[in-house]
This record gives sequence, structure tokens and C-alpha cells, in this order.
Amino acid sequence: MDHRSDIRFILNGRDVSVAEVGAQQTLLDFLRLERRLTGTKEGCAEGDCGACTVLVGRLADSGLVYEPVNACIRFLATVDSCHVVTIEHLAGPDGRLHPVQQAMVDHHGSQCGFCTPGIVMSLYALWMQQPDPTEMQVETALQGNLCRCTGYAPIVRAATAASRHDSPAADHITRERAEIAARLAALRDGRRVVSGPAEDRAILPTDVDDLAEVLLEHPEATIVAGATDVGLWVTKFLRPIGPAVFIGHLTGLRRIECHDDGLILGAAASYSDCQDALADIFPHLAPYWDRIAGWQVRNMGTVGGNIANGSPIGDTPPVLIALGAEITLRRGDARRSIALEDFFIDYGKQDRAAGEFVETIRVPRPAAGQRDAAYKISKRRDEDISSVAAGISVTVSDGTITGARIALGGMAATPKRATAAEAALTGQPWSEGAFEAAASALAGEFTPLTDWRASAEYRMLSAQNLLRRFFLEQDDATSRPVSLATA
Amino acid sequence: MKDNVSIRGSVHTDRIHDSAAKHVTGAADYTDDIPQPEGTLHAYLGVSNVAHATLHGIDLTAVRAAPGVIGVLTADDIPGVNDISPTGLNDEPVFPTETIQFHGQPLFAVIAETRDAARRAAELAEADCTPLPHALDPVAAMEADYPHVTAPLKLERGDVGPAFEDATNRIQGCMTIGGQDHMYLEGHIAFAIPGEDDEIVVHCSTQHPSEAQHMVAHVLGVPSNAVVVNVRRMGGGFGGKESQMNLFCAVAAIAAKKWNRAVKIRPDRDQDMTATGKRHDFVVDYDVAFDDAGRIEAVEGSFAARCGFSADLSGPVTDRALFHADNAYFYPNVRLVSRPMKTNTVSNTAFRGFGGPQGVIVAERMIEEIAYATGQDPLDVRKANFYGGAGRDLTPYHQEVEDNILDRLVTELEQSADYRTRRAAIVDHNLGSRILKKGIALTPVKFGISFTATWYNQAGALVHVYNDGSIHLNHGGTEMGQGLNTKVAQVVAEAFQVDFERIKITRTTTEKVPNTSATAASSGSDLNGMAALDAVEQIKARLVAFAAEKWSVAPEAVAFKANHVHIGAETLTFAQFIKAAYMARVQLSAAGFYKTPKIHWDRGAGKGRPFYYYAYGAACSEVTIDTLTGEYRVDRTDILHDVGRSLNPALDKGQVEGAFIQGMGWLTTEELWWDDKGQLRTHAPSTYKIPLASDRPRIFNVNLADWSENRELTIKRSKAVGEPPFMLGISVFEALSMAVASVADYRICPRLDAPATPERVLMAVERLKKA
Repeated sequence: MDHRSDIRFILNGRDVSVAEVGAQQTLLDFLRLERRLTGTKEGCAEGDCGACTVLVGRLADSGLVYEPVNACIRFLATVDSCHVVTIEHLAGPDGRLHPVQQAMVDHHGSQCGFCTPGIVMSLYALWMQQPDPTEMQVETALQGNLCRCTGYAPIVRAATAASRHDSPAADHITRERAEIAARLAALRDGRRVVSGPAEDRAILPTDVDDLAEVLLEHPEATIVAGATDVGLWVTKFLRPIGPAVFIGHLTGLRRIECHDDGLILGAAASYSDCQDALADIFPHLAPYWDRIAGWQVRNMGTVGGNIANGSPIGDTPPVLIALGAEITLRRGDARRSIALEDFFIDYGKQDRAAGEFVETIRVPRPAAGQRDAAYKISKRRDEDISSVAAGISVTVSDGTITGARIALGGMAATPKRATAAEAALTGQPWSEGAFEAAASALAGEFTPLTDWRASAEYRMLSAQNLLRRFFLEQDDATSRPVSLATA
Repeated sequence: MKDNVSIRGSVHTDRIHDSAAKHVTGAADYTDDIPQPEGTLHAYLGVSNVAHATLHGIDLTAVRAAPGVIGVLTADDIPGVNDISPTGLNDEPVFPTETIQFHGQPLFAVIAETRDAARRAAELAEADCTPLPHALDPVAAMEADYPHVTAPLKLERGDVGPAFEDATNRIQGCMTIGGQDHMYLEGHIAFAIPGEDDEIVVHCSTQHPSEAQHMVAHVLGVPSNAVVVNVRRMGGGFGGKESQMNLFCAVAAIAAKKWNRAVKIRPDRDQDMTATGKRHDFVVDYDVAFDDAGRIEAVEGSFAARCGFSADLSGPVTDRALFHADNAYFYPNVRLVSRPMKTNTVSNTAFRGFGGPQGVIVAERMIEEIAYATGQDPLDVRKANFYGGAGRDLTPYHQEVEDNILDRLVTELEQSADYRTRRAAIVDHNLGSRILKKGIALTPVKFGISFTATWYNQAGALVHVYNDGSIHLNHGGTEMGQGLNTKVAQVVAEAFQVDFERIKITRTTTEKVPNTSATAASSGSDLNGMAALDAVEQIKARLVAFAAEKWSVAPEAVAFKANHVHIGAETLTFAQFIKAAYMARVQLSAAGFYKTPKIHWDRGAGKGRPFYYYAYGAACSEVTIDTLTGEYRVDRTDILHDVGRSLNPALDKGQVEGAFIQGMGWLTTEELWWDDKGQLRTHAPSTYKIPLASDRPRIFNVNLADWSENRELTIKRSKAVGEPPFMLGISVFEALSMAVASVADYRICPRLDAPATPERVLMAVERLKKA
């Protein structure tokens, strides 16, 4: 097969070709060390502080999409055929500050200034989509940006005032969209990319079939979708990942299909990609989705990766298991589908053979009388890893609970169904007593751990209380709000 | 030049931060952004993986053999003294030689061609050591008879013995207060460039360039005049860069001299958080006597702190905890002792408030105890105990409170925040709401301004006026985001009556102003503003004398006004006038100096006037908690804060807002968690959670008490602002406590420990439900 070994993209205004990019090379180090674009900062190297935020423009099925991402855990190889926009490119060619920048200056939005370039990039990405945002939209856009100086108030004021300075039409990047899209399309040459030294090989398959083939050739390869976890293997644990097969660019693996019997999510669809389609069918997932990481990570991270990674504290498996999701695994041309909960065998062990990959996730539509909830408990509300995550789906028919699916994260070595609690509910009348019994049953089937996120006692008690909350929220007799989300 | 009526950027105006445009464009350079000379090497620290052990040796064979490695630095490579203790106690080695004192302690440094190579190689060492038992927290340390890291302090006034014996009511309790990581967005970094002979230049991110200079000289065994330390700006400091950069500067400098190449050291976030100190955790035993009206009769308190393995700044930090254990309240009889405990943890250090917040929150806990015991609104208990009235103005350290404005300030906030009505509505809400409970609290703060190390209260500045009329300003303070450079430049602009833009603010460097104090203790503009003003006044005096002579007018007829100089009937632009002065050989440069008057402190006696003045403030916060999960939200916060006559209200408001959120974070989601092996497990933003934009109060009203003016002759009658508003975050903690108390009908003081994570809130709710 005809391969190419260089990574080609547009960096700010210029076409760039980088020869032999190793799998571990990060976009941030490339920008700072090789290009001396030092406006982009390293604050944590784990995608949590946002000081390294840059925009990556990519050609999706829907056209050219710009998203803020964390350059610290974004692998350089994955910006192939993308447009990377850094803080240095934001002001106009005449040096005039961008409206977002001017608003930040006018509203005293920077103090020490180290987080500022990243914050400006996040606000810029928001402004592209929504030049006149609400405070809530600003907060959501800034979930992945830490500021230790300002307390954020002046930043939020700046973001809501930026539109008074100028409109997106005046923005040079917005004006150049068509030209950039054409240049990106020209970079896509349909060839597999095999780059970097042998021990640190980066492979970008051409499409999903090519991915299946690559994985047969390299069954030991690390599959990297959004890199929001694998990125840390490199930046934090200095662990080699080569050969790495990158799949985030495969539009065929990012598709979201809405069928009569449910939703099919491509394994490389990002959290952001999935958000609207999921919320459409499962409204309870909309607020939950906003609590998965920060915006940058939601633009990179994928539901498929969250599953395949097998973490006991992933945000999506519990809620998807409760909804009865199935996944399809593929090896070569062979496919098999399994219930999502069956994928998780034990801590660090999943039902995935060498050379196999998660191709799609199918989430069935809710049955009549199905009541769903998704809960997350964490030390900080946003951009935190859950102490406990819960998906609860209970079907009620004529006042009787006819079915219950409860799945918990953070309570065991894997995301796990609470079968005893489910049994305690099933066949019972819809009543507080039934949920009390279910809460008691939890104590018998889970022995959570104590760590820095939460103690075992707190995990157990709050998990039990989430069942109580579910009853109160869903019960018609409840008149006052029972959770902060609805208060 | 245009004849302006007034200048741009004078004092008391909302001048933007001088680097704002550079911040938003990414053009502001931090230490890691400075272009590197050819051949620059990179250092990385190798650290211990045990909390306490006898160290026999370190096998560095694999480290030295790793790709890209140039060499390794150990204690043997230190040409001067293997010590970087900031107080000269000689208890903090660069690298230990006999005993490992904490998990993550730096043992050696690798020097390599790239940072990545150095980082990878640092993992390959094998320390040969015999583990020893460890004590991680102050209670364990006291139980194990660990020593104090520095001499404790006792503050005493009145006679607590009889006061407790005759007490109408008495409550004893204990409060655990967590520490806090600085989480400055820019981590530690030092970049050393060797010069000829014994010379070296170090660029670094430090609040205390002079100390870095002295430490580098100390470890290199050279005089201070061989070392230059430069700081253009820091990406946040908050106290974390007051002494903690010594290590990095020392390593970079030793390596740079050893290999005669530039050396940069930048730990990753995890190493930054594990190897450098934090805010001290405290465990405080308190005993309070009070009358039936809730007036305090006596207080006794023992303040044990997790100081870590060495003293660092723990002495002054624990001292300041005692200085603020009264917060705003008069204690008729009082005895306070500090217990700066050695622990097998990283050596704790300065952090905004410097022990003060831990003292203040204990005062507020005692107020709560009294309020729940007497069935009163805590605000009424607070007001009943404020300083003021006959014989009620002496602090536990025998300083008279002369400038108290809390009665007015708190009353104004109480009204503007509609506190009484809202509290009644909240009590009502809680009766009808089964799961969600609300709380509200209005808490004051009184904070003493001055370094308690009296000699630190001095500053220098250097001002040059070039013969084109442009002005170069340098002072000993460092810029970490607080806008110090902007404020000092405003002072200079005002004094010369020129536009702000005429003044170039340059990096802080030990070459221009020697023997500076740390930019800390909120003192930056008080000290450096005055020093800069002194320099300007010297130059102006020469200029006036020159003008009076040349134009034959009385000195009073010479006036600097709006970019012009008026000399009798003549008017020149500032630039024209300066040119004339230069041609007449007038010296256009001056070094300014300032030392704070009036202060004195006798630590042995526990008496004196350690503080020049006090800054005041108050905050009212309302919260909602979920009694099923302990999750909460801050619904509203109103703040009224005293900065005297603000030099720059916009920047000061930014300090107040930011400090409040940081204080709130300390008491809510920011939790430091060590495992039983002594390893800190919350060592990066993924595990250590500082507030986000969405944690801001849903309604956030912040105002400066614009009627306030410093009674003392500070720079333009302003007051310091960096630290005092940090303690406004306590209002959130107290509001959470009230919400918790509601589940037991406000009969029991919840005794919430800090930080009040959702877990602690839920567990307190459960405890009170069962009580």
C-alpha cells in the first residue's frame, strides 16, 4: 500500500509538513519547542487546566468545524489535515485585538496572564458559535479552563460583552473559512499515514476498513481515539504507546445514526459530537453530559474510548448500561455485539481480543413507562472525575415497577449493575419503601474503596441516596426540588 | 504634546494592568518563554518514594547511562553550603545526605540535553535506604513526640485561669483545617546562565529575587555580588514562590556553573505539587468562656500545624495564625499557643493570608459555638464581640485597634445584602424543604498589615528620567498578576504629572534594587509605591531647584501639571523641560527608599505593634446544600471590602473577587489527601480541585468601601489588598454550616471541618440527624 510518512496541516496561516512524527509527540511541545509559539502555555500536561488551549479546525461530514482542544495531550500526528489556530493568530493582520481579546482587556480579565491565552481561545471558540452568550454558556465553555487569580467574574463579564466590540463577520479566521476548507480538503490524499521511528510509530488509517486491516497487522497497537486518557500515559507516566493507531480522524467512525429502534454512535464520535443526538432521545443526559470533563476534553474524548479504556470511573458506561446499550466489536471483517456490561470483565480486563476494536455503540430507545436518570457525584461539580456515577432506568406500568436497570461507577472494579437493588425493585409497587429496600440491597452487593476522591462510606451512602433521590424526583407527590440541578 | 487637562493613569483611577494586551495575545513572556542560548541543558529532579528513611546511598548508574544525559547533581556537587533554609536554621538541604524526610523529596538532579531525556532518566535511580516510622499530620506528630520545627509562640493577656473557673458558659472543641496548594498556573521554573569568573544570572519565577540571589550565592559559595536574579513576571505566586524557588534556582545555578552551559529546570505539575510546600494544615483545640448574652469572657487556643520536615516560613506563619485568632473580636482574657510540628511531609510555606485565615476561621468557629449554645443569630454574636467600646480595643498581642471601621462596614453590608430578611426566609424555606437546605452567613475580617519580621518592612526603587523625557521605573517588588507594576507606575505618573505611557516598567532585578523583601504580606504597593515616590520626589526637588534658578522664580512657582511644567509664566512640555534640565547637568536618576514607621515587635514578650494598620472587610454568602449527597451551590455573595483610598479600584476589586474565590476553594473543594505511605495523592488539577467559573456565586456583588481612608500615612492613603479578602471566603463555609445545622433545628453547632467537601457536608448532616 502507498503510505506517506509526513504529517501535513495548516498552522495558523501556513501549510506545514512535519516529517516522521512519533506517536508520542504532542502538539504543545511542537508549538512551543519547535515553532516557538510560546503564547500557548503548559499548566498541567493532563488536559485539566486549559492553559494550552488551541483551536483545531477539521473537515467533518458537516463541513469545517473549529473546536477548542488541549494541545498538551493532543498528539501532533492527529492534527493531520487539520487547521491549528494558536493565540498568536487571533489578532487581525493589522495587529488589532480580536473582540474577545479587547473585551478581556477592558474588563480586567487577566491578572497574572498565564491562563489567559487558553481562556481567550476557549472564549473565541464560543464566540464563533455564539457571539452573544449567556453567563451559563460562558461557564460551560470555561469548564476546562482554570484561573487562579481573578475568580472568573471579570472573565465572564468580558465574554458576555465581546459581541459589543465586533461581529464574527469581522474575524479574519471566519472570513477565510472557505479557503481553509479547500486547503484542508487538498491535504487529504487518501493515503495511510505511517510516521515516526519504528519503536514509536504513529499510524493513521485511511478509513474504518483500513483500520481493521491495520489492527490485524499490528494487533498489539495502542488504539488512540481522543487521547484524553492515553495522552496522560505519555505526559504523566512516560509510557511508550507505539505503535499507536489513531482513529479520531475517521469520519466513518464518528457517525451518529438515529434509527427507529435507537441510536448508533460511532466509536470515535466525541462527547460533543454525541451530545445533541443523545439529549434529543434521552433528555436526562443533557445536564449529565455537560458534567463530563471540560469542553476541550469533550471535543477530543469519545464515548467509544471511555468504554474501551475500561476504567471503573468512566462517566458514560453506567448511564449507557442502564439504558441497555450494546457495543459492536470488529476484528478484520468479523463483528460481534455484546451487552455493554458484559464488556467489563474485571479491573483492567475487558472482553476485547487482540486486533479487535469497538466499532459502534447502540443505545435502544426508551420503552413506554421508562423513567431514566443519570447522576454524578464529584468533589467539584464540573470537570471532575466522579466519586460515584449512576444510571438508573426504571419502567413503571400501572403503578408497578416492571423493570429496573441500575448501573454504578466508582463502586467496584468495573462499571457494574446493581442486580440486587434491581431485584428489590422489580415487581414492587412504585413507592418510597421499594426504593428504601433497593438502597439497603446496595450495601450487600458493593464494597467500594476509599481514595482521594471519596471514602467507602461516602460512596455507599451517596449511592444509596441517589436511589432515594430518583424516587423523590420521579414521584408525583414531590412538590419541592430535591436536587440542585432542578432547584 | 497635547495640552491635557489631566494625565492618563493617575492614582485612584481604573488603569488596566500594564501587561493586559500582552496577556491576551500570548506576547507576555514568562521564564519558560525566554529564548534559550545555544547548548542549553535541562535539569530534572529525582525524588524519594518513601516518607521517612535512613539514606545509605543512591545508585545512579542507570541514570547516567540513559540517553541524552550529561550528568547528575548530588549533594557532593554543591560547591558551597548544602542548605536553602530561608530563615537560616540550616534544616533544609538542597539534597539530603543522611535522612529522607518526606515522600517526593528531591534526592538528586539529572542534567540532560532535553527536558524529556532528563525526566525519563530521573526515574531510573535506586535509593538504598532503610525505612523509618513516619508521622504525617500534627496529631500523629504530637503523639510520636516529634519536635517543633521552630520555637512556638505564646500570646497572653488578662488571666484565663480565673476567667474559665468563673465562666458562665464554657465550650471546648477541636477543629481540623486543611491546607491548600497554590496551584499557580505557571509552575516553578529557574533558568541559569553562567557568566565569567564566579558570575551567574538566574531568570526565575519568584516573589523574592533577593532571597534567590542569596541562596544561589550560598550554595555556590560565592558572594551575593556574583549573582543576578531576574523576574519579569510570574504566572501566579500566592506565597508559593516566596521561598520555594530556592531549590530550583540552586539546582539550575550549580549545574550551569558545573557544565558552563545554560541550564533550565521546570518540574511537571505533579512534581511541583509534591516537592514544594503548601498552606499549613492546622488542628486547633479551643476553649471559650462566654456570658449568657454571648459575650466572650476568655479564650484559650492551641494551634498545632503541619509544618513538614523543616521550618521554612512556619515560624512566622504559625505566629500569624495566633495574631489572627481574634479576627475582629475582643477577648478579655486570652492565652494562645502555637505548636509548629515537624511532620514527614513537604515543608509547608507561605500562602496568601500566611496563617491568618487559619486563625480567623477558629474565631468564627467559636462564634458559631456561642450562637448555637445561646440560640442567637451568629451575626448578633459577632457584633456583640467586635472590638470597640471602653477597654475593648486591645489585641492578644497588646496592640491597640485604633482604626476599627467594622461597625459601619458590617452594618452597611447587612443592609445592602438584606441579610435579616433573607435569613428569616431561609429558616422558613428549610422548614418546608425536605432535601435541599439553605444557609446564610455574614462574616467580617480584620487583617493586620506589615511583615511581622519588622526588618522586612523596607523597600527600594530606582527611577531614571532619560533626556527625551521618557521614564524608566524599577522597584524591588515582583509582578505576579496583582498589578503592582501598574499601581507603582500610577504613583510615578501622578508625582511627575505625566501620562502613564511615558513610564516603562522593567523586570525586577537584584542588579537595580538590592536587599529587597519578598513581595508578600500584601505589602507590595505600600512599600514599593512609597519607595518609588521617594525617588521621584528626589528628582523633582532637583528639577524645581534648577527651574527656580534658571527662570529666576520662587520654587513655589514651579508646578508639574498634566504633562507640562509651569515655571512662573512659562510653560514647557515635560520633555522640553527635561531636555533643558539635562543640558544644565541636573541628575535625572534617583534611588528611593522606604521603611514602615511605628512598628515594633518583641516576640519573646508577645507584645508590641507588629502591624502598621488593619484592613477590614465583610462578606455575606448564601448557599444551598443537598442533604442526600452533600453537594452544594453558592447562591449569592455580597462583599464590602476596605482598601482605604484605592490606588486603582478596578485592580483592587479584581484582588477582592479573586481572593474570595480562592478562599472559598480552600474551604470547599480543595482537599489535600495523603495515603498511609505518606504520598500526596492530590497532586495535579485532575485530583486537586480549585474553583471553576461555574463555582462562582450565582449572584456576586462586590463593592469597595469607597468612604474608607487609611488613617496612617500610607501611599495615597490606600490599604493593602492581596490577602485580607481571602478570608471573605469563610462566609461560604459558615453558610454551609448553617445549612447543615438546619437538619437539627439549629440546636447543635455542626463543627464542620475544612475543607467542607460534599463528603464532609453529608457526613455532618448524618451526624446531626442522629444527634
